[in-house]
Amino acid sequence: MTDAQFPSHLQYTAEHEWVDGSDPAVVGITATAAEALGDIVYLELPEVGAEVAAGSVIGEVESTKSVSELFSPVTGTVVEVNQAAVDDPAVVNSDPYSDGWLFKVDVASTGDLLSAEQYAALVAE
Amino acid sequence: MTTDPRAADAAHDRLSPLHDEHVALGAHLTSFGGWQMPLRYTSDLAEHRAVREAAGLFDLSHMGEVEVTGPGAAAALDHALVGHLSAVTPGRARYTMLCAEDGSVLDDLVVYRLDVERFLVVANAGNADLVARELIARADGFEAVVTDRGSATALIAVQGPRAEEIVAGLVEAGEDAAPTESGVQVVRDMKYYAAAPVTLTAGDGAVEALVARTGYTGEDGFELFVPAPRAAALWRTVLDAGRPLGLVPAGLSARDSLRLEAGMPLYGHELDTTTTPFEAGLGRVVKLDKAAADGSPLSFVGRDALAARRASPPARVLVGLRGLGRRPARAGYAVVAPGGGGEAPQVGTVTSGAPSPSLGHPIAMAYVTPELSAEGTELAVDVRGRAEPVVVVPLPFYRRPQRP
Repeated sequence: MTDAQFPSHLQYTAEHEWVDGSDPAVVGITATAAEALGDIVYLELPEVGAEVAAGSVIGEVESTKSVSELFSPVTGTVVEVNQAAVDDPAVVNSDPYSDGWLFKVDVASTGDLLSAEQYAALVAE
Repeated sequence: MTTDPRAADAAHDRLSPLHDEHVALGAHLTSFGGWQMPLRYTSDLAEHRAVREAAGLFDLSHMGEVEVTGPGAAAALDHALVGHLSAVTPGRARYTMLCAEDGSVLDDLVVYRLDVERFLVVANAGNADLVARELIARADGFEAVVTDRGSATALIAVQGPRAEEIVAGLVEAGEDAAPTESGVQVVRDMKYYAAAPVTLTAGDGAVEALVARTGYTGEDGFELFVPAPRAAALWRTVLDAGRPLGLVPAGLSARDSLRLEAGMPLYGHELDTTTTPFEAGLGRVVKLDKAAADGSPLSFVGRDALAARRASPPARVLVGLRGLGRRPARAGYAVVAPGGGGEAPQVGTVTSGAPSPSLGHPIAMAYVTPELSAEGTELAVDVRGRAEPVVVVPLPFYRRPQRP
């Protein structure tokens, strides 16, 4: 597994989301998730101001072939959503860790998060 | 996010003779009909668009092939299938179905009449063994031999507006080192739903192929039946010859969105053992009046039930739905009255649904009650708890531009 697939500065969930350590924290889905879904065509994200709880379903990511629920990796308040990704979800496939971010959260607490190494091991199973 | 549970089936699946090619191309594999097959190579959308605009190359080696030969082959198929196969001209093909005694659909098939006494029956992967078994049983008492050719046969499809140019370019050079004029002409002049043996070039040698102008994408295209050991060489040759014209390898995901846009049924979705051809809008394939050469009526398996079924109004009919929102309906979702949410009465069920890459909006096929099947009827689909508005539209959703 290369660092490009699972950047080491991010933390991960077993449901294939990532969250960074900034304030507010940025949340997205992993390259593995984007690859498994195929071309993403529709994102449903929480609204700005929404309270989200770690481990709860807060949206959905839909591709040409399938749809997956989106789980929040942290507990807190949504302060921004990536409107560019909502308008053109292809960016989530092409750049899942940067331009393809999904939303930002003012974090109150985090859930059970995995390191890049732990997530890579989980994906490799 | 959740991962794909289909990966768990991988250990029990059969592998295509082109499996190594798919792995080398970096294909994302999936379990389909008991086989490991490419879901996509790079991007579903790019592969879909390549087929609409240039060409796509598909491995269909999971499909079943059953040969029926002998003086009684045509009569055996007239008895076994709902179509009138003895009326098919040699060199032509027919879309037909294998039905049970109760009229329900066991599989939908393409049958090629290769010669007066020789037919090739092409079945869906998941039904291939059943079709072979049923044909053997139903041919009992006829002068016909039924042989399962599935394992020995590979099937490669070249689909899209550039397909004719690509396949004609594969015709093997003759003795004078120029492509045999007749072979090229056979390909270029071949009619839709026709087939002929053609020698194609594949790597460092020739391959004897059955070339058919059939497909499942809504585009012009060809299907190439070849012996399994020669499939990889032909696959690579088509890829090399086609890439400069825009051909890309395409997976099952693109195949599904292409056939859905073209309004073509997929067994297990629009067709199954609870459905007769009439509900699916395919009653035309049922030849209740088929007769022998001497004019005597021919009975066939399922005839009585299908005759009764045609005479009575259907409880549900297959329609096309255009999504007015962004969230596509998916197979199994409930069709409800417009504006209705979870509480609204269910009036139908979605059989296939996806965002249409060619049209840019969600499309779906669904069974609905007949009074709600008229074009323009406003309905809704319960998409995971929220009603998404849809409108009944005619099938197919997409029709290819006519050639000049």
